Amino acid sequence: MIKIYDHNELFNQPDYQEQFERKKEFEKPWPAEKVREVSEWTKTPEYKELNFKRENIKINPAKACQPLGAVFCASGFDGCMPFVQGAQGCVAYFRSHLSRHFKEPFAAISTSMTEDAAVFGGLNNMIEGLENTYTLYKPEMIAVSTTCMAEVIGDDLNAYIKTSREKGVIPQDLPVPFAHTPSFVGSHIVGYDNMLKGILKALSEGGRGEPTTKVNVIPGFDTYTGNYHEIKRLMALMGVEYTLLADVSETFDSPNTGEYKLYPGGTPLPEAMNAVNALGTIALQKYSTAKTMDYIQKEWNQKALTLSPIGIKNTDAFFSELSKLTGKPIPAAIEAERGRAVDAMVDSHPYVHGRRFALVGDPDQLLGMISLIMEMGGEPVHIVCTNGDKHFEAEANELLASSPFGVNGKVYINKDMWHLRSLLFTEPVDLLIGNSYAKFLTRDTGTPLIRIGFPLFDRHHLHRYPIIGYQGALNLVTTIVNTVLEELDRNTVDTTSFDVIR
Amino acid sequence: MSTAIKDTQKMIEEVLDAYPEKSKKERAKHLAANDPSGQCSTCQVKSNVKSRPGVMTVRGCAYAGAKGVVWGPVKDQITISHGPIGCGQYSWWSRRNYYNGQTGIDTFGTMHITTDFQEKNIVYGGDKGLDAALHELKELFPLAKGMGILSECPVGLIGDDIEAVSKRVAKEFKFPIVPVRCEGFRGVSQSLGHHIANDTIKDYVLGKGELETSTPYDVALIGDYNIGGDAWASRKILEEMGLRVISQYTGDATLNEIAIATKAKLNLIHCYRSMNYICRHMEEEYGIPWMEFNFFGPTKTYDSIRKIAAKFDARIQENAEAVIAKYKPIMEGIVEQYRPKLKGKKVMLYVGGLRPRHTIGAYEDLGMEVVASGYEFGHSDDYKRTYPELKEGAVIMDDATLYELEEFTRRLKPDMVGSGIKEKYSYHKLGVPFRQMHSWDYSGPYHGFDGFPVFARDMDMTVNSPTWDLIRRKK
Repeated sequence: MIKIYDHNELFNQPDYQEQFERKKEFEKPWPAEKVREVSEWTKTPEYKELNFKRENIKINPAKACQPLGAVFCASGFDGCMPFVQGAQGCVAYFRSHLSRHFKEPFAAISTSMTEDAAVFGGLNNMIEGLENTYTLYKPEMIAVSTTCMAEVIGDDLNAYIKTSREKGVIPQDLPVPFAHTPSFVGSHIVGYDNMLKGILKALSEGGRGEPTTKVNVIPGFDTYTGNYHEIKRLMALMGVEYTLLADVSETFDSPNTGEYKLYPGGTPLPEAMNAVNALGTIALQKYSTAKTMDYIQKEWNQKALTLSPIGIKNTDAFFSELSKLTGKPIPAAIEAERGRAVDAMVDSHPYVHGRRFALVGDPDQLLGMISLIMEMGGEPVHIVCTNGDKHFEAEANELLASSPFGVNGKVYINKDMWHLRSLLFTEPVDLLIGNSYAKFLTRDTGTPLIRIGFPLFDRHHLHRYPIIGYQGALNLVTTIVNTVLEELDRNTVDTTSFDVIR
Repeated sequence: MSTAIKDTQKMIEEVLDAYPEKSKKERAKHLAANDPSGQCSTCQVKSNVKSRPGVMTVRGCAYAGAKGVVWGPVKDQITISHGPIGCGQYSWWSRRNYYNGQTGIDTFGTMHITTDFQEKNIVYGGDKGLDAALHELKELFPLAKGMGILSECPVGLIGDDIEAVSKRVAKEFKFPIVPVRCEGFRGVSQSLGHHIANDTIKDYVLGKGELETSTPYDVALIGDYNIGGDAWASRKILEEMGLRVISQYTGDATLNEIAIATKAKLNLIHCYRSMNYICRHMEEEYGIPWMEFNFFGPTKTYDSIRKIAAKFDARIQENAEAVIAKYKPIMEGIVEQYRPKLKGKKVMLYVGGLRPRHTIGAYEDLGMEVVASGYEFGHSDDYKRTYPELKEGAVIMDDATLYELEEFTRRLKPDMVGSGIKEKYSYHKLGVPFRQMHSWDYSGPYHGFDGFPVFARDMDMTVNSPTWDLIRRKK
């Protein structure tokens, strides 16, 4: 066998290293001394101050745009084709982005608007797009969202869909919910919210009937397929009948059976239509469901609760409220799960207590993680939320104030990972929690990264393990404590502290 | 007309049957049975026209072509995604254009820098904010050698004048600030983005660099984005031939390299589609000849080495033979190692740029046959270069849709498919071996003599993975 060197080893070989040196003659690089000098300067408080002064540019932000959240949400309904009115590159990007995270196929449609549509509007694109989509891909529902192009030129989705129906390119009774999802407002979590509201509004129309004993559960922009499986398991354990809105677990975690299903599953449409008659609705995230929950409370007259079950206390609250809502007792099996998770936290606490954390991610996940870290005696220090608003800021600050372990915590909304880089240099922490792009912070600052959030491109299958409920808490604790232990091993390998029992 | 062509045409007609009338008529022009001789008049596909709405095209946009492909890899300039948050987020370091440098200090390739448009920018315009953003960046990144403003859709729609901003600020900063009008709604695919990017290289950077000495052996390596280190592997061969690669476009490139290409004696272009424009310009304006070459697979690489050497003197030609002689035994060893495991396997390709034709030879070196090939954003000149490379009756696809790709797979039963991330996992579900042929599936390089062994290893692990046999198919 000939040994084969790929990029991981090849370019460290002397012939390539020499090539790189030769190439500099043409590159005209800065002198190495200058690069070192600037590099050191970027680690200083002076640089941090300059960095925090900027108002007009984002550098390594942790957020995506509205339509990504919209297509993600739409794909959670069985037989639904996400359909985006606008330029086609956006949809190519959404599909790539989601596939890179989940390692799953993701289908979505673009109306491929070009310069003529910019001048005349996108009506023709909508009509032909709906016709082709319906004929070729045979969906049971088409959920329409928009790119910034369609928003800037002011395409009227409601009127366009109506015209398409009149022209007979889609059946009169085909549900075609829509949401305006401009990418220059909010982020992917707002797009999720807008699309979900649009879908529920369309599907619940005229659906008011006999009240059911079911509970609607809205996961929010949750990219952990393990969480969907987990919530189903927990609801079954509780003996609560439920409807997940929207259930993306099959879309992004379908079994390999040697066939490709364009519509692998999701919330069945009849169930979604009946959601209006449920006992109540529980959202597992707040900031990605605010408008939807407001709508449900006002229009469906339902009890609408937001209970994000990340960490022990949050999960306790979730089960206690669910029990109150449904009248069902919390079964012994769930109590036992709680006991096991807490047992693990008690056992592992010495490696987390007093450790300082930096966190970057979406608002709901951050709140959950802050809570769990403080329960372990860890200290959240830098909390960066690019897509966080004032409400999030206030809620996060309140949460930090509720525990002595939150005293050093500071919340940064509308800031990005380049801000966080400065913070990690000027006020170092022990551990960093963030998505795959946070690995560049690890490279620059040496802070070990615990990959939690979205997107996770450079590790496989993490999204398959739940982070909600007691089981989720156990998974998170395992990941956190073992990252600490790996780091201890790395740092003590040449010392007597290289312990075999920890 | 041969039976092979007729059979393929019949298959294409069957596949097209599912479309509504208008789209069927349109799509029919983009699918054909291959005729290597070029005599069959119905065997030429139409290309570089608008995708039909709603069919699920694989294509991207002008921004993807300009930022993602051409400008993004230029390492010492700050590339700004100008507009809303998404475009820069989704194209953030996804093409693996490797480079040397200290990111955030003297190079900026793996960074996502955006003006993050809000509603107020749409209403009041984004120029003022852009001006301020450029100044903020200059303060934070004093070693940047230039900046690129890559426009997203709204910028062109609201009538911003990014050219005026860049002109004013460039004068102040005394370095290039390149406004690139690559709004995603322009053109029909990534392709116009390449063209626009080439034009801005010409207008803002080309011919403005420093090169102290010149030799008769100075060449520029154009249209290599150094995916997984491709350009480095190609460069190694050129240098071993005795050529001096003064400029690399645009993988691992600095602005100075982009600028000094006009000093080359010969431009060598790998990805013709994305960078032929700048080569043509340098030919017209500077009299620099250019030639296409192919460094995928030993057969094509030997051939290209000899063709390149033929443009130079006897010394280079002797070197070329010495290089071939040096690597030939290694390449034969690789072929010997992998060919028995891959011989006779059928390949379907649907990619972009140069790959639908340039990789055919590499597959053939391993005894594999490409039975279908297509371009996301090719033009007729790409297809003309492709027909002779494929067998009679092979399927030619232009701007294929998800539906078509799936149907052709069912009918052609390829042993492996090479396409992109959007296609990858539907093939995994189908149990059809698949390799990403845009990003080399996070492997590489695939170019040159160091690339072919990796290519061969990867195709073997794709086709012969035992995991495919674990799939329990529904009867």
